[in-house]
Amino acid sequence: MNQYSSWKYILILLTIGLSLLYVTPNFYGESFAVQVMPVKAGETIDRSTLKLVESSLDKAKIQNIGIAFEDTDIKIKFKEANDQLNAKQVIEKSLGNKFVVALNLISNSPDWLSNLGALPMYLGLDLRGGVHFLMQLDLSKLSEKKNDGFLVNVRKELQKENVKYYDSKVINNYVQLKFKSEDALNQAKNIIRAQGSGRSIFGGKGPAKETEAFNFSQIKSNNEFILKIKNNQYTDEENVNFALKQNLETLHNRVNELGVAEPIIQQQGKDRIVVQLPGVQDTAKAKEIIGRTAILEMRMVDEERSDPATIEKAENGQLPPGTELYYDRSENPLLVKKEVILTGERLEDASPGVDQMTGQSVVYLDLDSVGTNIFKEVTRKNIGKRIALLLIEKNYTEVITAPKIKSEIGGGNVMITGMENAQESTDISLLLRAGSLSVPMEIVEERTVGPSMGKENIARGVNSTMWGFAAIVVLIVAYYMFFGVVSVIGLSVNLLFLTALLSALQATLTLPGLAAIAITIGMAIDANVLINERIRDEIRNGMPPQRSISQGYDKAWGTILDSNITTMIAGLALFMFGSGPIKGFAVVLVLGILTSVYSAIFVSRGIVNYIYGNKRTIKKISIGEIFKVENN
Amino acid sequence: MEIFRVKTDIPFMKFRKISAIISTSIFIASILFLVTRGLNLGVDFTGGTLMEVSYPQAANLEEIRSTLKKIDLPEAQVQNFGTSSDVLIRLPVVENLSLADLSEKIALTLKESDPALKIERVESVGSQVGDELYEDGALAILFVGIGIMLYLWLRFEWRFAVAAIVANMHDVVIILGFFAFFQWEFNLTVLAAVLAVLGYSVNESVVVFDRVRENFRIMRKSSVIEVVNNAITRTMSRTIMTHLSTQTVVVCMLIFGGEILHNFSIALTIGILFGIYSSIMVGCPLAIWLGTNQSNLAVVDVKAEK
Repeated sequence: MNQYSSWKYILILLTIGLSLLYVTPNFYGESFAVQVMPVKAGETIDRSTLKLVESSLDKAKIQNIGIAFEDTDIKIKFKEANDQLNAKQVIEKSLGNKFVVALNLISNSPDWLSNLGALPMYLGLDLRGGVHFLMQLDLSKLSEKKNDGFLVNVRKELQKENVKYYDSKVINNYVQLKFKSEDALNQAKNIIRAQGSGRSIFGGKGPAKETEAFNFSQIKSNNEFILKIKNNQYTDEENVNFALKQNLETLHNRVNELGVAEPIIQQQGKDRIVVQLPGVQDTAKAKEIIGRTAILEMRMVDEERSDPATIEKAENGQLPPGTELYYDRSENPLLVKKEVILTGERLEDASPGVDQMTGQSVVYLDLDSVGTNIFKEVTRKNIGKRIALLLIEKNYTEVITAPKIKSEIGGGNVMITGMENAQESTDISLLLRAGSLSVPMEIVEERTVGPSMGKENIARGVNSTMWGFAAIVVLIVAYYMFFGVVSVIGLSVNLLFLTALLSALQATLTLPGLAAIAITIGMAIDANVLINERIRDEIRNGMPPQRSISQGYDKAWGTILDSNITTMIAGLALFMFGSGPIKGFAVVLVLGILTSVYSAIFVSRGIVNYIYGNKRTIKKISIGEIFKVENN
Repeated sequence: MEIFRVKTDIPFMKFRKISAIISTSIFIASILFLVTRGLNLGVDFTGGTLMEVSYPQAANLEEIRSTLKKIDLPEAQVQNFGTSSDVLIRLPVVENLSLADLSEKIALTLKESDPALKIERVESVGSQVGDELYEDGALAILFVGIGIMLYLWLRFEWRFAVAAIVANMHDVVIILGFFAFFQWEFNLTVLAAVLAVLGYSVNESVVVFDRVRENFRIMRKSSVIEVVNNAITRTMSRTIMTHLSTQTVVVCMLIFGGEILHNFSIALTIGILFGIYSSIMVGCPLAIWLGTNQSNLAVVDVKAEK
């Protein structure tokens, strides 16, 4: 009755083997590395860059101990910290500012292990040091900005169509207009409605043309006709969404500048962004860069001197006076005048949309009043010429787009045509605003852990786990003798499974997570204790040893299940409602429950069966002293 | 070795009136402390800034205080922790000064007087985020409570579910009571411990209830009280061993875990101790009082016999 079929042993050995495989990377340690990534998130690296890196390292005679090339990054490992620092400088010099070169620590585990997905445990910021920021969009500023811009538009359109109104203002989150007649109100409504349908298409995802972008409500009182215009919920959500996407993009670019390896920049909730920078020590600099604004400039393209010969000369360093040479997004050279027409400060908004006349994808720019006047003047004088929009960030300038001026543009609403599709107009408008954050953001949570403290925290967690484990081993073996030894083996296997799972899943391990490992050990012993006590019970009641063992395991099963599921419920709730380190605690707790049930029931029984199962009769099993209750 | 040797069942339920008085008074006292003193909420929940600074030599707390006063932060609490060179600075949310600027300002000012100091840890939480974390915490406790109750109701029956959850909440309220009475700091990690206790202490009730249910099938002629007493006595050995192990680990954490895990381990310790007591002396009497008996528990068995 206490025999396992061989497939069960094979399964046990297989799981243990696999776990050992996934645990190993944790023992290899880390070596110093330099990581090369493209500045723009999502772009890829090609082989030529790799060659450039290799040759520059050769030239500087810096020896590396391994290069890993992927589409998104290149990692070069070094033996010593000194080599790492030198290499960083050399590579930065040879690659220029299209790439981010960051210092990193990379696991030494062999490639075949990494290829299997066997990586060391992923340590949270509290264990490896670093900064965590939670940033929040200022939504009131967003709707203020949107409504103000909208009101200016409405006024202009109504004037154009000669619709009489008086008293127009923004109240809370809607725009209010007053009219003398109902006719005027209805006329205005139609004009606004027509304007709204084209503008609300964001990146192809927005409402269809037929859908209204606004909610209208009207009140009639004392010969006064009041029209209230509000973004519909969908438009509002799109606005927030777009602003958030914009800010994410901007933060990506800025964080890259810090040269942080493996930063995390993610949306959290509806209007928040998490930025995690592992290993960052200079938090002041991090804050400065994340909070900084880059510059957007409009300048004229030097059309008179844009013949191929001049441009070729310019590319070789012979620039015509008063010009500069920049490249656009498809690497085409452009000669641009030094004189700046407008800067990003004058740009209030850039959004993708559809030209209602032609149905083409376009980008709309909204300028402020000063910008509008300047722009009017410039476009009047330069019809037929191109105007370049430059993004200047950390001494790196890129031409985002250079459209041709078709006619004089007044009124501050600039439409840039020539976009291939909705995606491109979305991209361009993102880029136009990537220089500055679309809506101001505030750091609402900051958690910083110094690197030495991170190391200390690891030591603390590991020490508690080790001592706790050792104490339990002594206690359990002394109490349950051989069955105690089996429990301890089960417990060790449990620890092995848990670490393997954490490594394989790459769940973030935090200090509370380490604490959860320790607690899991304490709690996992419960299943073993329940089993051992049940077996003792059966023997106490006069059952023969073989039968006691199988009954003990069987009867304990239901109890183990019940008690673990209730803990599981708690773990899942922690996971759902917890954030950061608490989530880390929950992950370990939930995984720990799973592994402990498996190891206590399945693995430990396997061992017991292996030892006792083949013997026909056993007189006595070693489960510690059993005090017989008489006459119960 | 066997710790727990008894010939006959211990009449635990004989003491249920006394335990009811004890439990109720501790429970009421806890609620009183919670109401009058309140929890000493950490920056996680209230919002504010906590900075851990370490000096190469013993820190001069007075000097730090006066420095902070100079930059208009008189509300700062400055204290040593662990060693004399480690300093903890606590600040509530300061109006007109963003979180990021606040910690930066402090770091810069302190470094001016002693460039050798190290900023070991900064935790800044805005008041809005703090409120949200607080709400999430309360929601989590509620969710766990309901989840456990539903499960027990399905697996056992409603009387046990109610008894277990009351026993459980009893533990949670008492942990909170301790934190209120001693004004220990209650932060996110402590909340995690409280939730872990919720899951853990219900184990205890489940193990005993499981035995009670089983006993109802075997001890057909015994009274409910006898059945419960036997169940508790028979599971006593397991209770002691399991809690001894868990408590051992928690003690190790208390010793080696450092500042961050200190209150976390204290919460667990209280939870474990009261968890044992409550599942025996709160859960069981309550189940009896609610009218648990053979007929409403051994249903499966009866059907099988027909």
